[in-house]
Amino acid sequence: MHELSIAQSLLDIVLQEAKRHGVERVIRVGVRVGAFSAVVPSALTFSFDLIKEGTVAAEAQLAIEEVPLTGRCQDCGQILDNMDSPIADCPACESKKIELTQGRELTIAYIETDE
Amino acid sequence: MSEIEVSRPILEANQRIAQENRRLFREAGVKVINIISSPGAGKTTLLEQTLSRLADDLAMGVVEGDIQSTEDAQRVAACGVKAVQIETKGACHLDGQMIGQVLTAFNLNQLDLLIVENVGNLVCPVEFDLGEDMKLAVLSVTEGDDKPSKYPQLFQEAGVLIVNKIDLLPYIDCDLERIHETCRRLNPAQKIFDLSCRTGEGMEAWVDWLRAWTKS
Repeated sequence: MHELSIAQSLLDIVLQEAKRHGVERVIRVGVRVGAFSAVVPSALTFSFDLIKEGTVAAEAQLAIEEVPLTGRCQDCGQILDNMDSPIADCPACESKKIELTQGRELTIAYIETDE
Repeated sequence: MSEIEVSRPILEANQRIAQENRRLFREAGVKVINIISSPGAGKTTLLEQTLSRLADDLAMGVVEGDIQSTEDAQRVAACGVKAVQIETKGACHLDGQMIGQVLTAFNLNQLDLLIVENVGNLVCPVEFDLGEDMKLAVLSVTEGDDKPSKYPQLFQEAGVLIVNKIDLLPYIDCDLERIHETCRRLNPAQKIFDLSCRTGEGMEAWVDWLRAWTKS
């Protein structure tokens, strides 16, 4: 359950950004979570909801965008979209040398306010 | 209604502290390894066997991470190596700050190698940079040959994989070649050592490699 630590880091950034922009009520927090990060979106939401009470983000919902795992063949340049697994063969040239280009993201994208 | 763009890594605070740790390690000329495995894979036994073989060649220190108990630090201290125990009191991983806080216990300038034994867990520790030079994954054959494909993040990030308890291979259904094949696909540059901490088989190759890497 490292999602609780991650939720705490997320809330810290939300509160910093709200203060910096003079926001008193955050209603949504946009988060990008890679399919190949070791983070479970539902556990992150559960953790965030536990710790947001009593802050300007108390009513904020997490809007989690799951970033699909994407790779690129190092031999022929073929792009592999929406990979199920980090271990894959190139559909074009059958090379096993696939470089992962996307899917490890763990970032906060935006905060939204209704003010 | 307005949206404010933020675009910041969620773990940037940990990353900052880990980078500061890394700077301290570089300045002191100490190499740092972060050992990650599931509970019971043999991390502490591997440490005991490794430390006793390198004690004459390298000045070493150990940071032990556990949810509770100081048993592991005592086992390491019995090898004549300074060990500091971090009890996370529930947390499933170590983070950069926990490491930064115990560094004052060591005279880093006098160390060649600092080994951090993370909390036993194949998932959570991978997301938290400590400032290490290298992650070392330990997998015991009794856990099954499917673990690298089921928990790929660790096996992709680890610079070295140690497959432990190979003395038990005759008694279990574990395909060693499948472990190697999966890990080679996840990380072609990974060094793999098959060994048994219990019998000592394969230990010399690992220890020789570690000695050379530390001095490199």
